[in-house]
Amino acid sequence: MSAPDHLPTMAQASPWQRLEPHVPLLLIPVLALLGFLLIPSTSSWLTLTVSGLAMGMMIFIMASGMTLVFGLMDVINFGHGAFISVGAFVGVTVLLGLSGLTGAPSLWLNLLAVILAITAAALATGLLGLAFEKVIVQPVYGYHLKQILVTMGGLIIVEQLILVIWGPDEIFLTRPEALKGAVTFAGAAIEKYRLVAVGFGLLLFLVMRWMLRSTRIGLIVRAGVENGEMVEALGYRLRLVFIGVFVAGSALAGLGGVMWGLYQEVITAHMGANLMVMIFIVVIIGGLGSVEGCFIGALLVGLMQNYVAFLEPKLALISNIGLMVAILMWRPQGMMPVVKAK
Amino acid sequence: MSEPAPQKAPILRIEGACTNIAQYHILQGVDLEVPAGAVTMLLGRNGVGKTTTLRTIMGLWRAHRGRITFDGQEITALPTPAISRAGIGFVPEDMGIFSDLTVEENMTLAAASGPLDSARLDWIFAAFPPLKTFWKKEAGTLSGGQKQMLAIARAMAEERKLYLIDEPTKGLAPAIIATMAGALRDLKAQGASILLVEQNFGVARMLGDTCAVMDDGRTVWTGAMADLADDTSLQERLMGLSMETA
Ligand SMILES: Nc1ncnc2c1ncn2[C@@H]1O[C@H](COP(=O)(O)OP(=O)(O)OP(=O)(O)O)[C@@H](O)[C@H]1O
Ligand SMILES: [Mg+2]
Repeated sequence: MSAPDHLPTMAQASPWQRLEPHVPLLLIPVLALLGFLLIPSTSSWLTLTVSGLAMGMMIFIMASGMTLVFGLMDVINFGHGAFISVGAFVGVTVLLGLSGLTGAPSLWLNLLAVILAITAAALATGLLGLAFEKVIVQPVYGYHLKQILVTMGGLIIVEQLILVIWGPDEIFLTRPEALKGAVTFAGAAIEKYRLVAVGFGLLLFLVMRWMLRSTRIGLIVRAGVENGEMVEALGYRLRLVFIGVFVAGSALAGLGGVMWGLYQEVITAHMGANLMVMIFIVVIIGGLGSVEGCFIGALLVGLMQNYVAFLEPKLALISNIGLMVAILMWRPQGMMPVVKAK
Repeated sequence: MSEPAPQKAPILRIEGACTNIAQYHILQGVDLEVPAGAVTMLLGRNGVGKTTTLRTIMGLWRAHRGRITFDGQEITALPTPAISRAGIGFVPEDMGIFSDLTVEENMTLAAASGPLDSARLDWIFAAFPPLKTFWKKEAGTLSGGQKQMLAIARAMAEERKLYLIDEPTKGLAPAIIATMAGALRDLKAQGASILLVEQNFGVARMLGDTCAVMDDGRTVWTGAMADLADDTSLQERLMGLSMETA
């Protein structure tokens, strides 16, 4: 006798059961629709929506590494914000040095400057991540309290180093010529840079998703998030994979830092630490270890922040905490909980 | 009956292994030999340290005393991935399925040194037809028996010098136990070396060539499976079968 190998029928699955797995993704249009109903002018709504999506994409880029680092090795890295700040300073320094390219009225030359800047930032923060992992994170594997204290210490040290190297003042910057200003669409003014940020964030997400789903290294990462021990028992050195993910996550944070700097048009040594609150919210509501959850969470937080800031500025700060509470009441492990073996 | 292939060098040898988990002394002297090309049963009551022994071989727990030699090489202190790549396929007691990954992805990962071999895959599909049916399905949605099939199939995804299999029939219905036993017999017929933990005495008796019995973190008896199978009073003394029914 052999085991039953018939395909199960879907007849009993109710519409809700079929819909349920897609609910997190559907929350984005639902939130956008809610915004549409509450915001009196369509053009303001459109501006706010693009702005929220742009913000969400950038937060996703900064947060994605952190969720994987936690998922793979159970490491809580409060120092993640350091990479954002360092990335921003390195990137902006490069941009300021490339004023020939940024000042030219050519979109391609401007984009070239931005690409050079984010590449430099990603390289610098990737290297910094390598050192950070070795010196700060590795000695405290398995000890959450120590991780929190030590990685926070690392953040403070890096912030101080920024102050030493770049001085105590914030740096103001202007966007490259072709990325200044806005385009008008359906009566709404939409900043060009935000469109670029949305496109670039989406591209990065799709690349990341493809890597996680279709490459062996991606499979190892996904399997490792669920059961690291078994990945090792199959012959893979999880420790190396983890270092790779940590470095990639740091590089992405640095890259996100440059984009955020261009978005705000000002950078400070503390910008990374300030962003950590929002990043934590995103990582938690997405489901620790889930890149897709992180993506959806980031877009929700971005939209929420922009809508509420327009409707009721006083509530902007707590609206995202409220969103987190609501989502955790619905799914205590986050929207896309990752199955954990232990 | 004589022991099979007693003249061959064992593929795996454990000498005086002691393993602590946290502050507990779990293994307190395990001595074990797995002859090449034969099935060695690891038996004993619940909680005597069979799973801990397999995990110690894989380096998932560390023996702080004693020596483990595999295929002529000492592996006591090697990291788990190196032990695996030395040629050991491991089926843990909890199966260790990656439930977010599809059956196919689970198998792809299991073939660590390259792409899946299609002849081998055909053999696996013949042994476990549901894996073919659910090839593209998330492993987390498989039934318990199908997950166990996948766990064993993963170990078979590549040529291995030794298989460590922990209770492959645990919690399964009789029909699926027969499927499992059939697949393991197949594996054995191809000359595989297997160290098998099994509570189902019928399966153990059918597959086992040699046998080691553990009690309280030690090996207390080793010999031919047939000798143990024929001697009920020995079974009772070693594995407390009478105690369990009392
Ligand atoms: N992670 C752990 N922490 C503490 N003690 C453990 C741990 N894992 C196992 N033990 C203890 O080690 C002893 C041996 O456990 P082990 O799982 O090796 O037994 P086993 O022979 O495989 O039992 P079973 O037949 O029930 O699977 C048990 O007393 C168990 O409670
Ligand atoms: Mg066990």
